[in-house]
Amino acid sequence: MTAGVSIRAVTQRYGSALALDGVDLEITAGEFVVLLGPSGCGKTTLLNIIGGFAEPTSGAVLIGGRDMAGVAAKDRPTTTVFQDYALFPHMTLAENVGFGLRMRGMAKAARDAKAAEMLALVGLEGRAARRPHELSGGQRQRVALARALAVEPDVLLLDEPLGALDLKLRRAMQDELKAIQRRVGTTFVHVTHDQEEAMAIADRIVVMNGGKIADIGPPREVYLRPKSLFSAGFMGEVNKVPVVGGKSALGPLAVPDGVLCIRPEAISESGALRLGPCRVEETTFFGTYLRAHVSPLAAPDLRLVVHLAQGAAPELGSVLDLGAQDFVVLEA
Amino acid sequence: MRALSWAYLAIAYAFVFLPVAVLVAFSFQDGRLPVPPFQGVTLDWYAKVLGDRDLMAALVNSALVAAVSSLIALILGFLAAHALARVRLPGSVLLRGVLIAPMTVSYLIIALGLLTVFNQTGVRLSLWTAGIGHVVINLPLCFAITYAAMGDHQKNAERAARDLGAPEWKVLALVSAPMLAAPLAAAFFLSVTFSWDEFIIAFLLTRFDVTLPVEIWSMLRSGISPATNAVGSLVFLVSVTLVVVLEVFVFRRAKT
Amino acid sequence: MTLAAAEKRLGWGLAAPALLWTVAFFVLPFLAMLALSFARMEGREVVAGFDPGNYIRIFTDWTMFKALLNSLEITVVVTVVSVVLAYPLAAIIAFRVPARWQRLALLLAVLPFWTSYVVRSYAWLLVLGQNGVVNKALLGLGLIAEPLEIAATRTATVIGFVHFFVMLLTLTIYANLIQLSPNYARAAADLGAGRWQTFRHVILPLTLPGVVTGAFLTFVLCIGDYITPQILGGNAELTLPQLIMLQMGRSGNFPLASALSVVLMAVVTLAYFASSRWLRLDRV
Repeated sequence: MTAGVSIRAVTQRYGSALALDGVDLEITAGEFVVLLGPSGCGKTTLLNIIGGFAEPTSGAVLIGGRDMAGVAAKDRPTTTVFQDYALFPHMTLAENVGFGLRMRGMAKAARDAKAAEMLALVGLEGRAARRPHELSGGQRQRVALARALAVEPDVLLLDEPLGALDLKLRRAMQDELKAIQRRVGTTFVHVTHDQEEAMAIADRIVVMNGGKIADIGPPREVYLRPKSLFSAGFMGEVNKVPVVGGKSALGPLAVPDGVLCIRPEAISESGALRLGPCRVEETTFFGTYLRAHVSPLAAPDLRLVVHLAQGAAPELGSVLDLGAQDFVVLEA
Repeated sequence: MRALSWAYLAIAYAFVFLPVAVLVAFSFQDGRLPVPPFQGVTLDWYAKVLGDRDLMAALVNSALVAAVSSLIALILGFLAAHALARVRLPGSVLLRGVLIAPMTVSYLIIALGLLTVFNQTGVRLSLWTAGIGHVVINLPLCFAITYAAMGDHQKNAERAARDLGAPEWKVLALVSAPMLAAPLAAAFFLSVTFSWDEFIIAFLLTRFDVTLPVEIWSMLRSGISPATNAVGSLVFLVSVTLVVVLEVFVFRRAKT
Repeated sequence: MTLAAAEKRLGWGLAAPALLWTVAFFVLPFLAMLALSFARMEGREVVAGFDPGNYIRIFTDWTMFKALLNSLEITVVVTVVSVVLAYPLAAIIAFRVPARWQRLALLLAVLPFWTSYVVRSYAWLLVLGQNGVVNKALLGLGLIAEPLEIAATRTATVIGFVHFFVMLLTLTIYANLIQLSPNYARAAADLGAGRWQTFRHVILPLTLPGVVTGAFLTFVLCIGDYITPQILGGNAELTLPQLIMLQMGRSGNFPLASALSVVLMAVVTLAYFASSRWLRLDRV
């Protein structure tokens, strides 16, 4: 029902291009892991290697402690939810969901019962006789999920499964996906380029860039304590101020050398790390906060993005004395 | 499994190329019969064929019939496709059916029907009557190809042109046709090859001036000869050149 | 005049030339032929009327009925054999040949398509004839003692047809296979299907419309063809088109030729309805 995945020094080369560069990753059984990164970062390649759709140039993949070298996709304890769902258009929903069971030789009555159960799990009870073209995008996504879960895989792989849905539906599906994962207890490995989606569902986020792991950890940690500049920037907006020998464009700062990274919502008038007086250049109301561009008087060319409280209404051109209550310093 | 695949591919290519290879090889036969044993290489048959006035006349006729009938089929097909894709006409499914219908009918029947009408109305058979038949068979093709190629983004460009004040014929000539250049070219050249190669309609609907396939047919009636091989090889060479040119200049561009 | 009405008039104006052409040179001739099929011959004169005699003759005169049977048998055999041979070829090109060589592999597989149609049958005659390449090769290898009688038989006709339609079907089936999302096959494999199961349950059903459309085209082109049986099959056994040409040429019996054509057309129509569930003629 569930198993851990060990990825050991996996490298994938396409000709001269390096898609994965010595990736090591331990996924524990029952964990919901999200591989996050821009397109071309290697996240989908890694998913394909786990699923058995591609063989790594070097390195090993173990599922439940078993080496998967030479094991075909059909014999692996993994199933995949594809980005385009790949539902079989000539089959009913029951036939789609029961396909894997049929391949395992289960009798029709038994697999119809199981299919009905799986369709109920994803909220599509009573639609067993429908065909995929009669469904909306979100419903197709659920069928793909039910089909992949019906064979009770140890590890479920999801390749940007929400990518084709509109924003509202995507947010709703995220919650559902998380709930279903809790219920079935299967290890989920989910690929996306949407960092909000990643934070909404992941137990652990693996940020990837250029075929390597740029950061790894629970959402809170990756967001608040990123281990690389790339990860800091990819997880959300960030103000970067280089610091050399305790000096920066803002004046002397009591932080180690590196790049000072401050999230816009960590800046306020009460923050402990003083940034000095800043002039308000522009403000935009964003609903939950007021987004402002400010430039420090000490460095008029520098622009900082600050999220002020919803009720704040500073005049353009007015000067605020700002500080950061939370920050990290990363290697440049 | 993999080895089996390659073996199958090799056998398939051998089967497909066998007659062509034999045809071309024995067009160089230095003897009277295009069958083994091979008696040496000569270009005499090519010289004979290229000097044959009837054959050359038939070749010119074929080219003319193919070019003119394909052009007419293309224009009629394009206009009809434009009308049916853009304007909601009553019974448009039926209209499409009528335009496509000749595609599902044997050429022999089309030819026989036309022959009946031409006989009854006293129309004399000529290259023109054969050309009429060729338009009938190529019109559905041109219509279907251009109809399938007309998408939404084209529709929007045409709207924009009308919005900017272009009269309908200018929309067609300056926007629709250039945007459809690749499918139009594909339809035209496909029509040309079909017409160029068509036998039964040309056979039944021509009398004194004939097209190349009909002329080759009459050559065949006097028995097998390396001269026929030479004609066949030449036609093959020309067609293949056309296909390669199309592949490189039209279809490759159409894809990007 | 309202905008919609003006639009409609323009539509009719643009569609009219093609419609008129099709009606004048396709629909009317067919109706004329249909009328003629009910006429009688008196000596060498055609007498118009409503006489089903020609049709009765087709179904009672054994030589006529046999021609219909011959045509049907040859066409069915050719269609089935061509599909069975072309499908693996198309699949190998689509799935085994590396992507960058596929266009070339396909172009090569159908290159002989572009030999002149009359010449193609003639070339097979050279290959299959008594002194042809096949017999000479088999004799030379000592596999046979006497030359095989292939030319001027039904086998030769079938080989000639299969050669042509394998190329046609390889094109249409390849086009179908290549447009399938590769994720269908991956999803099937992912759920535990082997190669054969993936093909049987997923790939084949998804390509069925394309296969049926190609098979229907094969059927139409094959059953109406005169040249191939005439050159390769000889006159030993006639097909329907050969009989039609014979009636027109030697006997000048246009009414009977018309009736035979109508029967031919009826057979094609039956084939159309039999396969219409899967046919996609607008997507050839």
